[in-house]
Amino acid sequence: MQAVLSSASEWILPLLIGTILVSGYIRKVPIYEAFVEGAKGGFGTSIRLIPHLIAMVVAVSVFRTSGAMDLLVKLLTPALRWLHIPAEVAPMGLLRPISGQGSLAFMIDIFQKHGPDSWLGMLASTMQASSDTTLYILTVYFGSVGITRFRYALKVGLLSDFVSVLASVFAVSLLSGMIHF
Amino acid sequence: MIDLIWLILFLAGIVTAMFTGNMSHVANGILKGAESGVELSIGLVSVIALWLGLMNIAERAGAIAWLSRLLRPVARYLFPSVPEDHPAMGAILANMSANLLGIGNAATPLGLKAMKELQTLNPDKDTASDAMCTLLAVNTASITLIPTTVIAFRMQYHSAHPTAVVGTTLIASAIGTMVAIVLDRMYRSIDARRRRHA
Repeated sequence: MQAVLSSASEWILPLLIGTILVSGYIRKVPIYEAFVEGAKGGFGTSIRLIPHLIAMVVAVSVFRTSGAMDLLVKLLTPALRWLHIPAEVAPMGLLRPISGQGSLAFMIDIFQKHGPDSWLGMLASTMQASSDTTLYILTVYFGSVGITRFRYALKVGLLSDFVSVLASVFAVSLLSGMIHF
Repeated sequence: MIDLIWLILFLAGIVTAMFTGNMSHVANGILKGAESGVELSIGLVSVIALWLGLMNIAERAGAIAWLSRLLRPVARYLFPSVPEDHPAMGAILANMSANLLGIGNAATPLGLKAMKELQTLNPDKDTASDAMCTLLAVNTASITLIPTTVIAFRMQYHSAHPTAVVGTTLIASAIGTMVAIVLDRMYRSIDARRRRHA
């Protein structure tokens, strides 16, 4: 299972690129020109992130270097242990539905401290990637058509965010061979 | 909300530093944090540009239309209240396809278009309809094929296997999405029962 999962991860990107290029060529898309045209958007997207990332990375940096983060981790560890969620990712999990950039900054912080390939680094990566900013999406989507009563939508969104955290722990344990089938 | 979180992170840090005597680390951390915020964002250009370029080819080759055809039976099951030939169905399918491909900038406008179309079917204009709740459940959980931003950050921290997250993300987001769909169904029927009795 572990071998399948890690080789699947390595195969998917090259295979996907191959498929995109071939199907574009068959469909008579000028693939080189289309690539360059689309790739231009990468600058704008990255540059627009700068102010958000400065704000959040600085805040997380203050939180970490002061020792407040360690204090919080120590405080949360006993409560989260029975769920098998490491307390280091708890602030990330709490922020993920509220602010994508905030949880991103905590992910970066974990990369800095533990490395991206460590167990925690993989968990943080998976948590960040496998869920979206629920509160933001709800506000924007409902706001755009003037819906004020969300009914159960918020409950469903937040509950499934919580499940995503547990599912991330499961998936990373599977990859690192901690769970065997 | 975001203001409060930002304030708490700073305040909790500064107050803790008063007691732990880490104030000099904090001062350094502020400046270093700003610096890495800029560096990391600029470092994203490589992967994001690569991905957006590829996705532009995919889009022009008709990937969204192709995926929409593939997802149609799924959408019919998820949105029983939306007539199959209604424009809302087309927008929902396009939104789901863009989400799956990870084209966030395309997914949001398509999602908003779907909301607008769903609002025309909604009898009570201030209250979310069943279909709207389902659309949001699918969007907030969103199955992800290639998590580009996370891969780009992993590269910047010299990961030996930046794409190792692809498999774990696929598993975790698939579980998350399935649970979101089940929960949505569950709450929908609870809600329907409550309305019938009221």
